[in-house]
Amino acid sequence: MIRIEPRTAPGRWMTLGVPVLSAVIALALAAIPLALAGADITVAYGEMVKGVFGSVFAFSEMLTRATPLMFTGLAAALAFRAKLWNIGAEGQLYLGAMAAVAIGAGAVDIPGIFLVPLIVILGAAAGAAGMAVPALLKTRFGADEVVTTLLLNFIILIFVQMMLEGALKDPMSLGWPQSAPVLDQGMLPQLMPRMRVHSGLILALVLAGIAQFMLARSVWGFRLRAVGENAAAARHAGIGVNRSLFGVAILSGGLAGLAGVSEVAGLKGYLTADLSPGFGYTGIVVAMLAGLSPVGVVISALFIASVFVGADSMSRAMGVSSYLADLVVSMSLLCVLIGGFVARYRITRTKTAEGVA
Amino acid sequence: MMDILQILLSESFWAASIRIATPLIFGVMGALLCEKSGVLNLGIEGIFAAGAMCGWMAVWLGAGLWGGVLIAALAGAFFGLIHGILTVPLGLSQHVSGLGVTLFATSLSYFTYRTALPNVSSPPRIEPFRALDIPLLSDIPFLGPVLFQQTAMTMLALLVVGLVWYVLNRTALGVALQAVGDNPDSVDAQGLSVYGLRIGAVMVGSALMALGGAFLTMSAFDAFFFGMVNGRGWICIALVIFASWKPGKALLGALLFGAFDALQVRLQTEVGAMVPGQVFLMAPYVLSIIALVVAARKAEYPRALLTPWFKGQR
Repeated sequence: MIRIEPRTAPGRWMTLGVPVLSAVIALALAAIPLALAGADITVAYGEMVKGVFGSVFAFSEMLTRATPLMFTGLAAALAFRAKLWNIGAEGQLYLGAMAAVAIGAGAVDIPGIFLVPLIVILGAAAGAAGMAVPALLKTRFGADEVVTTLLLNFIILIFVQMMLEGALKDPMSLGWPQSAPVLDQGMLPQLMPRMRVHSGLILALVLAGIAQFMLARSVWGFRLRAVGENAAAARHAGIGVNRSLFGVAILSGGLAGLAGVSEVAGLKGYLTADLSPGFGYTGIVVAMLAGLSPVGVVISALFIASVFVGADSMSRAMGVSSYLADLVVSMSLLCVLIGGFVARYRITRTKTAEGVA
Repeated sequence: MMDILQILLSESFWAASIRIATPLIFGVMGALLCEKSGVLNLGIEGIFAAGAMCGWMAVWLGAGLWGGVLIAALAGAFFGLIHGILTVPLGLSQHVSGLGVTLFATSLSYFTYRTALPNVSSPPRIEPFRALDIPLLSDIPFLGPVLFQQTAMTMLALLVVGLVWYVLNRTALGVALQAVGDNPDSVDAQGLSVYGLRIGAVMVGSALMALGGAFLTMSAFDAFFFGMVNGRGWICIALVIFASWKPGKALLGALLFGAFDALQVRLQTEVGAMVPGQVFLMAPYVLSIIALVVAARKAEYPRALLTPWFKGQR
């Protein structure tokens, strides 16, 4: 007789092994679409690895790609810890990016030591404001934040397009809908000569460290986890649930806003309506793969970025659609979900007599 | 003001409203079925994309229009099965699993389309469903053009609403389905399978969602584009809450939505010079949020929505 019973506590190797195994399985499953697309599988995987580890430049590109994913991954991880389903990181990213060009592209001409922090703070504030709206609608009116944040993503993106044809339009862009560039002294410093990787990465790493510490060691982190695990019990214990939810909403939105700041002021220099290829949504996968741990987010962002950069390079070399990367990312989410189930339960064999009883 | 009145009285406006509402009707009915059984299905946005791609691809490969409809429904049921297994017997987070299914279905559809058609600049077209011309009915003044000169898929959508209402309110299956979303223990005590009912509801619901997608490529347009679903799935999720999980109100919600959308397109041509076009593009999403906020407090949620149930565990 086979029984499925819950484990008392998943082992330490399980919490680490499940995401790693899920990632490996998702990568291995990519062989099926690769084969169906008629590609030589071993060559294709080789190209992917070369695309990430083949040169210093390739590796720096992977780090560049991982930077916004760390921000959006942290945004999702913190919110999900409190069971606040912020699916709106994509929109909050654009709000941060808009704030960055609104202030950074010549509105104020001050030295970089003032301008860079100003851009970062206003970008985070814009993202935070973007998440404050659905958080208020949830706590005041009981409107489900999943649906409101998802719908706000579309509203904000259309708003960006409107701004790029209006107030934020670069007069020098010859009709192309893009913003004026951020002033040189407002750009986040580069980390390596002739590479695109920028100090947004350092900011993301520092914030991940702080988030990890706060979550594990602070009263705030304790409250947050209590609200996420059992809101009714937390309320009973005197924790202001709505206040906690609102606080984490602000933080989550702010982190997502920083993803936009880092893309505009660290990488592109100006804003277009196709700034993000879904970094907000991919951040959810990053967070889930990390088991909602901030330090884990750093590692899983590096993995997801490797998949994207590797698949892009493989796609250029072999002519297989780069949508393969999105496929691998989505499959790793489904795999880690199933893996999480396997880690929480174990299958045991009991003697038949017991099984009947 | 006269202009708006003129628009509201025109046949073409109401015909357009129903046409725009059709994919939403399919999607809303699908989401409603899933949620009535206790399972939120955020896979809807991706299932729309899969239905749009699979239906179009089947027709393009020569399966015929109704063949395409069938293939789209089967594709939807397949993704519904994935979501059902993950959320019902495994009891995993319905939010995350649904988003995972959306990402998976979308990327799989895009990858398949790109792999089948690597280098096309303009998407290949199919011969889509044509407007019906039903003898007698189509000739009724006003009602004829509005209701009976639609495509067969719109007729199917209206039929589905009636069917969903009938099954939920007039059959034993419907009673069991509603019970499994309110109090699964009572269903289990009757000797019925909670898992079977829930997975079945999610599969049928997902098949309906896929038909909403198929309408886009096989009736509204005649080709597949990336990003063509454009949040319609999420709008359906909002509309179901707005309708308090009642099929009749859900139909009304979808029709109101279609009417509003048809109106804004017409107003845009009237006042287009004064207001940026994006304001009108934003309107449907803003409207959905307002509908959600207005209805959220009063909504009668299926009581076991989002709650996993495990056999032999109370």
